[in-house]
Amino acid sequence: MARIQTWLADAAAWLEDRIGYSGLQKLAQKKDVPVHRHTIWYYLGGMTLFLFIVQIATGILLLFYYRPSAEEAFESVQFLMAEVKFGWLVRSIHSWAANLMIFTLFLHLFSVLLVKAYRPPRDLTWFSGVGLLGLAMAFGFTGYLLPWNELAYFATRVGTEITGVFPVVGDFFLSVARGGEDVTGATLTRFYAIHVAVLPGATLVILGLHLFLVQKHGMSVPPSVEQEGGARGVMPFFPNFLLRDLVGWLTALAILAALAAFIPAELGQKADPFAPAPAGIKPEWYFMFMFQTLKYLPSHILGIEGELVGVLGFAVAGLFLLLVPVLDRRGARGESSKVFTWIIIGAIVYILVLTYLGYTANPTV
Amino acid sequence: MAAVLYPAGRYIVPPKAGESAAGTVTLPFAPDEIRENEGKIFKFGSRPGILVRLATGELRAFSAACTHLGCIVQYRPDVGHIWCACHNGHFDLNGHVVQGPPPEGLETYVVNVRGDQIVVSKGA
Repeated sequence: MARIQTWLADAAAWLEDRIGYSGLQKLAQKKDVPVHRHTIWYYLGGMTLFLFIVQIATGILLLFYYRPSAEEAFESVQFLMAEVKFGWLVRSIHSWAANLMIFTLFLHLFSVLLVKAYRPPRDLTWFSGVGLLGLAMAFGFTGYLLPWNELAYFATRVGTEITGVFPVVGDFFLSVARGGEDVTGATLTRFYAIHVAVLPGATLVILGLHLFLVQKHGMSVPPSVEQEGGARGVMPFFPNFLLRDLVGWLTALAILAALAAFIPAELGQKADPFAPAPAGIKPEWYFMFMFQTLKYLPSHILGIEGELVGVLGFAVAGLFLLLVPVLDRRGARGESSKVFTWIIIGAIVYILVLTYLGYTANPTV
Repeated sequence: MAAVLYPAGRYIVPPKAGESAAGTVTLPFAPDEIRENEGKIFKFGSRPGILVRLATGELRAFSAACTHLGCIVQYRPDVGHIWCACHNGHFDLNGHVVQGPPPEGLETYVVNVRGDQIVVSKGA
């Protein structure tokens, strides 16, 4: 026993000499988390990070069998699901974790908005977070095509066509997004490269910045709590908060395993570029509100094509979201900014209603 | 900087493929293989087309790419329209928009039946 302790102490000293980890230990010991009635929202960022780690692990496993070409992609996923031991489980976890990650990311986004945690000096943290949201949605969009099935094919056709609605530069964007004029094998290899190399690289850089800033500024206390006299107290990050975080991660893992086992990811029919779009075609749920909006817009609004108005509207909404810390001047001064609260609630209601309609409205009338 | 960024940027722009040269195609099915009130998708070069046989027996052909966001349309015998499932766009059998978000009608093609062959060509 004494020998093991000596050996561990030697190993610790060896590591300390080389990486100086005691500095990190001190940093972790100094970090506190405010305790108040909104503390629960602090766990969502970590939960999203955990699901991203699951994505990296299962994504690497999928690469062992996946073949990125129009001729082989569908068959390689079919083989993975049917022949490879636990292949169905790995793919199902990858698919469900992607959905849960976007879900917790949305909860994280709206909770940060509602408790006004974007206020300076956390504005840069907010910008990096919105960047991560964009990257997560890009992960979802590019990954959706990779099995090369019917639904994915049309979702990509519509999604990339949207880049083509912009006057003058639209055709150029469309061609770059698709790797040609149409959605073909060239689009598949392009999306594959973006999904497994470009996006993970960009995510690691922005995620590193985001986590550094969270560490630097600490957790934000909502203005409403500050006005009531501040937080009830603080909880040490290490080990109290981290252990609670781990309980959340374990719960997420249990939910993920249950979903993957009981509702495994489907593969559907192989994409056929010369088959009509099937009735009831839908994008991933987090694009549904945009999809449904485009369905309701008339062909022309004030002489401008309806889809252009819709796409520009969403682009402006995205810009507004990014610039919230700059636009909310009252919030930046620590004052109540009810207008922003109502805009955010309005956006949540809009997304929920349009998503609900997307799943319930009869697609043929 | 430009010496690095320009080649890298240019690399991701795909080379321009020649436009589909197809001006006329002979369909891979005979006239009696398409019934009245039925539609079939066919290849018009690298693009999809749709051939519809009306209740009167007349054949009409159109581009099958929806003018809204490019989904491939289909013929719906229940309403007698060409329909896009993606955003619920409806076109009549002249290719005109009758309902939904498509900003313009479908391109129409000329159909000729020569013996047991159907020949579709772009209009003049």
